[in-house]
Amino acid sequence: MSYLATALLFGLMGGFQYILPKFLQDQLAFQKIRPLHVYLAIAWIFTTAQGGLYYYLPRISRKKIYWPKGAWLHFGLQMATSLSIIIAFFMGYFGGREYLEFPPLLGFLIALSWLPFAINFFGTMRLNLVNGPIYHYSWTIGIIFFYITLSESYLWLFDYFNNNQVRDITVQWKALGSMVGSWNMLVYGTSMYIMDQLRNDEKLSRSPIAYFFFFLGFTNLLFNWGHHTYIVPAAPWIKTVAYVISMTELLIFGQILLKFRRTLSEGQKTYHSLPYRLLFFADVWIFLNLAVAIAISIPAINYYTHGTHITVAHAMGTTIGINTMLLFASVLYILQKEKPIAVSQKKNIIGRGISITNIALILFWLSLIGSGLVKISGKLNNEAFAVIMGNCKPFFKLFTGSGLFILIGLFMIIVSGFIIVLKRSEKHSNQRALSSVS
Amino acid sequence: MIRLLTFFSLVVLFVVYSAVVYTTGTESGIRLTTAEQQLINKGKSLYQAKNCQACHQLYGLGGYLGPDLTTAFSDKHRGPGLIRALLRSGGNLMPDFKFSNQQIDELIAYLKYVDTTATPIKETRAKIQRGLSNR
Repeated sequence: MSYLATALLFGLMGGFQYILPKFLQDQLAFQKIRPLHVYLAIAWIFTTAQGGLYYYLPRISRKKIYWPKGAWLHFGLQMATSLSIIIAFFMGYFGGREYLEFPPLLGFLIALSWLPFAINFFGTMRLNLVNGPIYHYSWTIGIIFFYITLSESYLWLFDYFNNNQVRDITVQWKALGSMVGSWNMLVYGTSMYIMDQLRNDEKLSRSPIAYFFFFLGFTNLLFNWGHHTYIVPAAPWIKTVAYVISMTELLIFGQILLKFRRTLSEGQKTYHSLPYRLLFFADVWIFLNLAVAIAISIPAINYYTHGTHITVAHAMGTTIGINTMLLFASVLYILQKEKPIAVSQKKNIIGRGISITNIALILFWLSLIGSGLVKISGKLNNEAFAVIMGNCKPFFKLFTGSGLFILIGLFMIIVSGFIIVLKRSEKHSNQRALSSVS
Repeated sequence: MIRLLTFFSLVVLFVVYSAVVYTTGTESGIRLTTAEQQLINKGKSLYQAKNCQACHQLYGLGGYLGPDLTTAFSDKHRGPGLIRALLRSGGNLMPDFKFSNQQIDELIAYLKYVDTTATPIKETRAKIQRGLSNR
C-alpha cells in the first residue's frame, strides 16, 4: 500500500506538470516523475499479489510455507531493489525503456528478488493442472511468464536487437504487452480464489466454460501484443495475427454482457461486503476497458488512437479500475479474516473511499479519452503540437482534478488499511480476554 | 488432460512464433556503414540515458508530454533545424540538458535513422491528408 500511496503522489505531481509546465521543473522534472510513478504503481500490483499468495498458499495446500526464511529474503531483496531504483531515478540514472526506465542491472535485481517467491510458490502449492481450479494455472503462468517477458524485454542489450530499430520496437512491445498480461494473471488468479472463498464453492473456477475463457485470455496474452505495433513497419502477418487474436476478445465481451444482469443483481445483494463491492466495481471496469481494447485493436481506429491519451485511458482503467480494485479486495479479504472487528469499525470510511475513487476514475477516464480525441482532430488538421496541447488543456485540468480525488479516495482506503494492520491481533486479544475470564 | 495439452500447445506455439518474429518478421532493408551504426548507437544510448521516452514517443512507445519523434526529422514543420535548436537550449516544457555539439549530432543521427525506418507511416499520413484536402 506504501507503493500505491507514493505512486499516487508522483502521479498527481505529473498531472500538475501538464497544466503548470514550470511546476517543479527544476527540482523534479517529468523525466523523473513519470518513471517514479510508473515503477511504484507496477510494484504495488505485483507485490500485493505476491503478499496475498504468501497468505493463501498455506491455506490452499494445508501446509506451512516451504521456505519461510526465503519469504524474508524476498522482502529484503524487494526493499533493496525498490530503494536502488528510486535513488537511481532521483539521481538521474536511467535505462530509458518503457516501464523499465531504471538501469538494466536493476532489472536483474528484480528477477533475483522474485526467485525466493517462485521457490516458495512451487514448493508450497500442490499444483493440480489436470483438474484443479483455474487459479492454479493463473498463478503458475503469472510467475513463469514474468521471467520470460522480463528476459525478453532486455534482449536489446544484444546488438542483433539493438541495431535494428524495427526489431527493437517490435520485441519491446511484444515483451511489455505480455509482461502486463503476466502480472494480470497473478491478480486475476487471486480474485478467482477470493470469489471461490466468498461463495464457498469451487464449481465456477473448475467449470469447462471458465477454462475456455481462461485459455482464450492466455492466448491473447501470448499473441495479441501486435495490436500495439500496427504502425511499426514489421512483417504484415504480425498485424494480421494480432488483429485476429484481439477480435476473439469479442467472445469474452459477449460473455460479460450476458452475465452482466447477474453481476448487477449480485452487486446490489452483496454491496455490504467490502471485497464483494470491490469485485463488482472491477467487473464494471473490465467491461469498459474491454470495449476500448477491442475498439483500438481495429487497425482503422488504431491508426488514429495510437499514441494518444486513449491508450492511457485503457492503461489507467486497467491499473486502477481493475487491478487496484481486485488487489484491495484481496487485502480486505485477508484483513477481514484476521481482524474482523477492526475492519467493521473502518467499513464506512473504506466504503466512501471506494465510491469516491470510482466516481473520480470515471471522470479521469473520460478526460483522457477526450484529450485523445482532441489530439486526433489536431493531427488531422495538421496543427502544431503546442496548439494541440493548448486545446487539450480543459481535459488536462479535468484529469488532474479527478486524479486528486482518486488520490483522496484511495488514501482513505490505504490509511484505514494501515490502521487495521497496526492494530493488535484480534485472535491474541480474544485469547487474553478468555484467559482473564477463566 | 485436455487442459494440460492446451497449455503446452500454446506455449510451444509461443516459442515458435517468437523465433519467427525475431528473425523474418522484423528484418530490416536498411544497410548502414560501421561508422553510421556507431553514431546512431551513441545517439540511441544518449536518448535512453536521458530518459527521453518519458516525454516523447517512438512508434507510440513512451510518454505524451512532448511530441512523437518517429517522423520528426522529415516533418516540414520540425526537421533537423528545430530539433537542433531544442536540443541546444530546451523549450517551454523541455529542460535544457546542456548537450555538447557532438551529443546533439549523435541524437539527430539516431532520429534521422528512426525516421528512415518509418516510411509506411509517412505514406499513410500523406494518403489521409490527400483524402481530406480532396473533400
